[in-house]
Amino acid sequence: MLRVEEVQSVEFSSALISKFDEIVSRYPEGRSKSALLPILHEVQAVYGWLSSAAMDKVAEYLNIQPIEVYEVATFYTMFFLKPQGKYVLEVCRTGPCCLVGAEKIMDYIGQKLGVKEGEVTADGLFSYRGVECLAACGYAPVLQIGPEYTFYENLTPESVDQLIENLKNK
Amino acid sequence: MGRKLLLEHINVPGINTFQVYKEKGGYRAVEKALKTMSSDDVVEEVKKSGLRGRGGAGFPTGMKWSFLAKPEGVPRYLVCNADESEPGTFKDRYLMTHIPHALIEGMIVGSYALGANTSYIYVRGEMMPQIRILEKAIAEAKAAGYLGKNILGSGYDLEIYVQPGGGAYICGEETALLESLEGKRGNPRIKPPFPAIAGLYGCPTVVNNVESIAATVPIVNEGGEEYAKIGIGRSTGTKLISASGNINKPGVYEIELGLSVEDFIYSDEYCGGIANGKRLKAVVAGGSSVPILPANLILNLANGDKRLMSYESLSEGGFATGTMLGSGGFVVLDEDQCIVRNTWNFSRFYHHESCGQCSPCREGTGWMEKVLHRLEYGHGKMSDIDLLVDVSKKIEGNTICPLGDAAAWPVASAIRHFRDEFEWHVKEPKLALERNYGLAHYADPIKIAEEV
Repeated sequence: MLRVEEVQSVEFSSALISKFDEIVSRYPEGRSKSALLPILHEVQAVYGWLSSAAMDKVAEYLNIQPIEVYEVATFYTMFFLKPQGKYVLEVCRTGPCCLVGAEKIMDYIGQKLGVKEGEVTADGLFSYRGVECLAACGYAPVLQIGPEYTFYENLTPESVDQLIENLKNK
Repeated sequence: MGRKLLLEHINVPGINTFQVYKEKGGYRAVEKALKTMSSDDVVEEVKKSGLRGRGGAGFPTGMKWSFLAKPEGVPRYLVCNADESEPGTFKDRYLMTHIPHALIEGMIVGSYALGANTSYIYVRGEMMPQIRILEKAIAEAKAAGYLGKNILGSGYDLEIYVQPGGGAYICGEETALLESLEGKRGNPRIKPPFPAIAGLYGCPTVVNNVESIAATVPIVNEGGEEYAKIGIGRSTGTKLISASGNINKPGVYEIELGLSVEDFIYSDEYCGGIANGKRLKAVVAGGSSVPILPANLILNLANGDKRLMSYESLSEGGFATGTMLGSGGFVVLDEDQCIVRNTWNFSRFYHHESCGQCSPCREGTGWMEKVLHRLEYGHGKMSDIDLLVDVSKKIEGNTICPLGDAAAWPVASAIRHFRDEFEWHVKEPKLALERNYGLAHYADPIKIAEEV
């Protein structure tokens, strides 16, 4: 279900717009809609999530209907439709990771952060969620953190402690 | 030691850079193809090689290339499927991370063979670091004159772009991938028309897996006939296998097709045996979509002969006693793993990833997940087991794309081979929550023989 969070209008920076222009140049004339996913990634990297105002602005830039942006943003799991913690710990919860303890790691992260899956910690720094197979089964359990999607592999409670500590001090 | 064609130089420091890759013999295939071969010659070599699609379906790559329509004045596209999302599969990530130029070189060779002047590598969005690596590799190749206008003075022009996905397993299906590349939801298209006729932007398009494209490099270098000498029967060449689960040495291994499954699991060159001194219970041999097999059937065929790592041997016996090579995602389960839980987990995955277009898949995957959940959590009924089989049969073959089949097979095969473990969950729900069923009679025949 789409519940679009209301925010005031957004203005994309000129640097972001030139990035969009470069992305659009990768496709043939008249096919600029192909730029939609890469552009949404760029927008999310800047704002942390996709507000309806930001999506409308993307639609305006690409000269497509806002619904064409919404339907894509709601289909793909990487796009956040509401504000998240500064660091979203995305833990793989699929079969191969679970064979070597991913479920325990996810429970541990929940306890450690003191929030439920999808909630944001009071300091606004962290949220976590289970995601489907991240194609890193040989280094399981694994988690990733956007927008760079840095990978943390072979997780143990100790390495999770260390990771959270490092992020707090960043 | 088996021959290594893709990972031969994996441990060379700096092999991720253009310079070192070239010093180690890289980009010879581009030189050879562009300077001495026609595009049809390249297609012919790939046909002769017997290379089969490494993404999972196993369709002969050369044949796929030869189907490409070539109407006058219409652009053609090569699109690389790097949306690696099949649970248990992580070989493409490995290849792109460590030897990105192997893919770029293959893209140039493939694009030349198909007459494409613009090609895309569709990488799953979560692989942002690999996207950066590929973009850097493309820039290096371009600076060296291997991409862009008039490559090596041949008159051939090519640009390669990297496209990020958005986190959707379904985009590994080639027509969903093309939809996604066009900036839409990843809903698979009805075929025909096939992409070879009407693919990206309605133009003739070939979609190939990362490993298939990289494999064309040694094929061009050594010739299709030489490549076909490696392997066994119609399973030619080498294959990257992603090994995970309860083994001593998880990782990506390049094997010559035809290696025995037993050697792959137990030899120190590969998986190094089952972790923590446990015994083998089951294997999902080709990514989560293929049927799970108990230890006795993965190690041996029904007639007792050794099972081999090849397309034919893994599928020997059909789904009654066999499975598939698939993407080469080799997931090993030890005696402590619960088949019901593992099946529920995979069902949740398919329910989550169904695009929702076809009712049997959209609804059926959800039903299977729910029924498996209640079996796992002690609320199951004996009739649930046949209900699962029934639902799986009603999904299989009744959907636009193969995701429906991929969701049905793991459930059907788990019940086929481990029905008593499902029944035990119904009969002993409290016990099933506390402990696992163990090996029962699915024990690893090798280790049992030693104990006796």
